[in-house]
Amino acid sequence: MLHISRLRATVILLITLFICLSAAPNFLPETTFEKLPRWTQRHIVLGLDLQGGSHILLEVDSPAVRKEMLQDLLDSARQVLREARIGYTGLAVRSSNVEVRLRNPADVEQVLPKLEQLSQSIGGIARLRGGGVIGVQSSLEITNMGEGLIRLAPTDLAILERIRQAVDQSLQIIERRINELGTVEPLIQRQGVDRILVQVPGLQDPARLKELLGKTAKLDFRLVDVSITGQQALQGAVPLDSEILYGSKQREPYVIKKAVAVSGGDLTDAQPGFDQRTNEPVVNFRFNSTGARRFAQITQENVNRPFAIVLDNQVISAPVIREPILGGSGQISGSFTVQEANDLAILLRAGALPAPLTIIEERTVGPGLGQDSIEKGKIASYVGSVAVVVFMFLTYGLFGLFANVAVMINVAMIFGVLSLLNATLTLPGIAGIVLTVGIAVDSNVLIYERIREEVRAGRTAINAIDAGFSRALATIMDSNITTFIAAAVLFYIGTGPVRGFAVTLGIGIITTVFTAFTLTRMIVAYWVRWKRPQRVPI
Amino acid sequence: MRLLRIVPDDTKFDFMRFRRVSFPISAVMSIIAIALYFFVGLNFGIDFKGGTLIEVRTSAGAADLAQMRAAIARLELGEFQLQQFGSPQDVLIRVSQQSGGERAQQEAVAKVRGALDQLYGNNIEYRRVEVVGPRVSGELLSFGIIGLILAIGSIFVYLWFRFEWQFALGAMVANVHDLVLTIGFMSLAQIDFDLTSIAALLTILGYSLNDTVVIYDRIREMLRRYKRIPMADLLNASVNSTLSRSVITHVTVTLALLALLLFGGQAIHSFTATMMFGVVLVGTYTSIFIAAPVLIYLGVGLGRETGQEGET
Repeated sequence: MLHISRLRATVILLITLFICLSAAPNFLPETTFEKLPRWTQRHIVLGLDLQGGSHILLEVDSPAVRKEMLQDLLDSARQVLREARIGYTGLAVRSSNVEVRLRNPADVEQVLPKLEQLSQSIGGIARLRGGGVIGVQSSLEITNMGEGLIRLAPTDLAILERIRQAVDQSLQIIERRINELGTVEPLIQRQGVDRILVQVPGLQDPARLKELLGKTAKLDFRLVDVSITGQQALQGAVPLDSEILYGSKQREPYVIKKAVAVSGGDLTDAQPGFDQRTNEPVVNFRFNSTGARRFAQITQENVNRPFAIVLDNQVISAPVIREPILGGSGQISGSFTVQEANDLAILLRAGALPAPLTIIEERTVGPGLGQDSIEKGKIASYVGSVAVVVFMFLTYGLFGLFANVAVMINVAMIFGVLSLLNATLTLPGIAGIVLTVGIAVDSNVLIYERIREEVRAGRTAINAIDAGFSRALATIMDSNITTFIAAAVLFYIGTGPVRGFAVTLGIGIITTVFTAFTLTRMIVAYWVRWKRPQRVPI
Repeated sequence: MRLLRIVPDDTKFDFMRFRRVSFPISAVMSIIAIALYFFVGLNFGIDFKGGTLIEVRTSAGAADLAQMRAAIARLELGEFQLQQFGSPQDVLIRVSQQSGGERAQQEAVAKVRGALDQLYGNNIEYRRVEVVGPRVSGELLSFGIIGLILAIGSIFVYLWFRFEWQFALGAMVANVHDLVLTIGFMSLAQIDFDLTSIAALLTILGYSLNDTVVIYDRIREMLRRYKRIPMADLLNASVNSTLSRSVITHVTVTLALLALLLFGGQAIHSFTATMMFGVVLVGTYTSIFIAAPVLIYLGVGLGRETGQEGET
């Protein structure tokens, strides 16, 4: 056990040195760090709990997606029936189906194949929390209920597919929105089928981030129905092709045509600015060529009539068209504050989300608390380490010093491995390192106690040391694997700070076993070769 | 230099005889722990219960809890708690989960912030805001439970491979004993039970087993080497010969945990307190007084002792 070949010793030292040095980039100033070769640009990332920031989990509003799909389905079914010139008496969304009743039940045979064409086949395997669907399916289920009643329903897989697409599109839009905030290294990630995780470090105002994430930002330009006032509409019937929408600020009712004149999707740019006359904050926008043409046409046809700018089903403003707007650019005013104008411009530039997103989890830590946690973590680490080091020295003297050297290298290696993995260090993670210091010496304690026993059993010093090592190492292996299993499970189930703890705990166990098997052994082996001790100094 | 010897060489404590005391003690303690769990209950944090947690610091002098409480009560958000958190300027506000789905939680936060802004203007710092909606909290809870079961299961399988089944079972008895007592402690102390608590429980599991495995390793070694010593004596010898190690390691772990407990700040206070209880108090006791003696009941070395009788 005490003989270590020169080659082996060299390899061990090189590995140790390499891992310890991997921690070095963390201590370099930013400018020097960026000059390093790319493959060495690895460092520990501070968790949101240490550097401050927001962790927000968003979920696609599935009921809204389903509702929209049913509406689309209804529109397509109407189209099909019209083109086939088939009369129907009822066409409506009922619970999660679209139902149509044909005037003449005999038409069913003729209609069914036409409706079949609306269906597409979807392949692949998809799963959603709480029940899943597997295999290839068509996107539409069509049932002939008899007596001319046909029921259409999107299949679960089709809805799932739509949700998946919504998440894909949302990811890009969210990224564009967040980039406008000018923060460093935001993380935007899909989670499961219908969720998006957003982590933005070092944010001063998380409320604004939520504001930007929570809006669908679906912008429409629609005509105002002037046949009836808002108040009248509230009391009486609303014309069929119109609906009542409320103002975003005063909550006053408007009667707005359902048809979208120009959609926000046709915007190419939006910038915050100030109105030249009133000096009020506004958003200036520009359409692409299609949008510009449509906008020109609408404004030409409706001079002196009001049109509404509708954002997420709320009327921002409803100005009267004074003259045709031909240039394809315009201005939105809605008694904004500067920040509101700014945010609206960001939202319009980034585009609308395909479906509403709901915040289902938020964890925000302010920069002040993060800084405090770092300070406290540091102090606890120093105090803990010093206490353990002193105790080990008092208990084992010279061998205690050996153990302390091994533990210090151990900690350096933990930081090295964390850096190599670009791992995240959290406050519980720091606790994990402090705990490792307490635990890492255990391997030395096991070895030294075994050596003491072997001495008592009457062995010579060198023999006892040799036997102590070989017997203790098996135990060290066994006892550490159990803790490692716990750490692995924790890593699997944990998120955020808890996962940070699992990471440092797990890495700490590996480096502990490594140093016990190599470094401690080497140090003691060289000491034995140098001293040829007659008795063991522990 | 004279070295420190906490445990003298060659101790000969009769741990096995002590089992007639330690087993009833453990049984009573476990029953108390279970009763605490059922009658006092765990103080579930927002991770598992859902709801909102806001930590604020007032920059102009100490926070006026009564005033804050009145302001939040006016919002009619249902159950809420205010608690001094460290210094008099730091306050932790917990608002229970709102009915009305995921969006209602965010609205509650906005309302509380609005009310506090009105009271303190710019003199309030929102140090931490955590909102867990109903769906996520349900998932986190099942994840936590699955995690604990998974950990116990995989450790059992590992021990089964490394040792005989009696050892694996003995370790599990010790394990469950640790977890039960720790959960009882958490109920009694009303420590916030959240994801970090699950982390603490898993760590306790890992380290308590670490200890148990060290002793079991020795027992196995002695079983192979000494065929003639009666089982109780063999267990005693094993525990005694590893006693010094157990104590020294526990001192070092305690030192590390104590540093975290005293200097690590409020954020990980309940985490370290739980671990202190589980690893230092219960874990050590269990390994020595439960894990080792329980092997006698599980019939380790039974065949061996009869074999010995046949020889003499």
